[in-house]
Amino acid sequence: MSGSMEFLLWTKGAMFNIAIAIFAIGLLVRIAEIFMLGRAKNFAEARAGEWGPGLRTMFTRTVADPGTFQRAPFNVVVGWVWHIGFLTALLLFLPHIKLIESLTGLSWPALPNPVISLVTSVTLVALIATLVHRMTHPVKKRISTVEDYLVWAVVFAVVLTGWLAYYRLVNPYPLVLGMHILSAEIMLILLPFTKLTHIFTTFIARWYNGAAFGRKGVQS
Amino acid sequence: MAARKPTEKTLGESLRERGVSRRGFLKFCAATASMMALPPSMVPAIAAALEKAKRPSVIWLSFQECTGCTESLTRSHAPTLEDLILDVISLDYHHTLQAAAGDAAEQAREQAMAANAGEYLVIVDGSIPGPDSNPGYSTVAGHSNYAMLMETVENAAAVIAVGTCATFGGLPGANPNPTGAMSVMDLVKNKPVINVSGCPPIPMVITGVIAHYLTFGRLPELDAYNRPMAFFGQSIHDRCYRRPFYDKGLFAKTFDDEGARLGWCLYELGCKGPTTYNACATMRWNDGTSWPVEAGHPCLGCSEPKFWDAGGFYNAVSVPTSASGVNVLAAGAAGAVVGGAVAALAKKQTKTAVAHRQPVTVEELEAKL
Repeated sequence: MSGSMEFLLWTKGAMFNIAIAIFAIGLLVRIAEIFMLGRAKNFAEARAGEWGPGLRTMFTRTVADPGTFQRAPFNVVVGWVWHIGFLTALLLFLPHIKLIESLTGLSWPALPNPVISLVTSVTLVALIATLVHRMTHPVKKRISTVEDYLVWAVVFAVVLTGWLAYYRLVNPYPLVLGMHILSAEIMLILLPFTKLTHIFTTFIARWYNGAAFGRKGVQS
Repeated sequence: MAARKPTEKTLGESLRERGVSRRGFLKFCAATASMMALPPSMVPAIAAALEKAKRPSVIWLSFQECTGCTESLTRSHAPTLEDLILDVISLDYHHTLQAAAGDAAEQAREQAMAANAGEYLVIVDGSIPGPDSNPGYSTVAGHSNYAMLMETVENAAAVIAVGTCATFGGLPGANPNPTGAMSVMDLVKNKPVINVSGCPPIPMVITGVIAHYLTFGRLPELDAYNRPMAFFGQSIHDRCYRRPFYDKGLFAKTFDDEGARLGWCLYELGCKGPTTYNACATMRWNDGTSWPVEAGHPCLGCSEPKFWDAGGFYNAVSVPTSASGVNVLAAGAAGAVVGGAVAALAKKQTKTAVAHRQPVTVEELEAKL
């Protein structure tokens, strides 16, 4: 027979192994390809070093410039809120740390659960706001693709099921915990093949930009 | 005139014969009501029902088990095992507790089945090698467990599976399940099956289910795993007295650190309380003395299916059951090789295209028009 506990054990066992393998293979395929393709050789003489400006740009581009903020304050503020909320819940919630520790041996102190639950609640509201904004903003609405909505749905599902599991709002609990783990696994599987790859490529791209600026001797 | 069978007497008659006072009887009813989370106003109704109830004949079958469930039952304190056997039920067959042996024992079972056809209760502890398994894996008096179970439940009123082996396969059913062990509900499809899981189950839950059946003449409300909601309706975590420490984020990191001494939450030490449904946290063990979490040990989740195969007992609930960092690294390395090959192929294609580029002149294009 098959019940909620069997479902939970499937998500913690066979399905987890499948998801993490697809994630690791897919991500490394993408990143190895990006690095090996590299850039066309630049024959011009470099005016300055690449490393300093490259590393600097990785951080400076993380903060939106005043012009961007004035043009799209919603994107900047809500984007920051839910990204920080998501990362806080992902990396500083004790059960997640125990999972990472079991795979890597690395661990760090967790935040108290009430802090995580508050942060997660704020993240959920922010995520709903991003969807409403995407569906109502005249430009965003037109440029949004199926992938944008798919990625939103998967990220939202991960946070929502996690929140439901934390507050134990679905009975039996193994069912909602299994749903949370399964949605996280779907996110892992989609990650290398959708715009979610930016989790890993954003900083690489910023380094490339900064390095190119540095080489040309312009402000990075 | 032939003597009445014990099962023909009502419970009230039998109690009076044994000199049990009205007061003692009502105390028993009150204990039953509180155990089943019923309001005190139900006590007179329970008393009236039990007064008239006939003691059911009970046949207890033990298959692939360790006798832990029977050991647990003998420590029942409300009602005690003596009360249960002598006053509440007529236990006509039980390997461990009966005096009879050999053929006489088997005859007792057959007589009880014939005399109470359609009315007797069957209690099973232990898992059963399935119909496709070698019947010799476990036999009683020359009968395979499967044959004995199917024969005995044929005319039973209901079946109560006691312990995680009988309810979910338990330890004998753990991977790789060499005997093809199956649970009672896997095999018995045409009779009501009620599951009292746990390794072992709390004794009062076993007796409480029987008392409920006698009081109301039907089985109690069950959850998705056929377990009585009165005892399995809430998780260990929700009823744990250490829960406030979980909510505050205060965890014992080892069995002898400051947190362990202060009684903090055992989540990090592998407590399966969040995913386990049982009544340990409220009913406790040994006459309400203590229970595993109170004794400083994490809950193993013994009342849930596949608890032997659910990963390490001392791993947190969130830890995957079989993943290893080495496998992830291997998958990543394989991915990097594939990525490198894809990039090399792309580069090669670009080079080939450049080498074989055939310039087109304006004249040639115009000629095609």
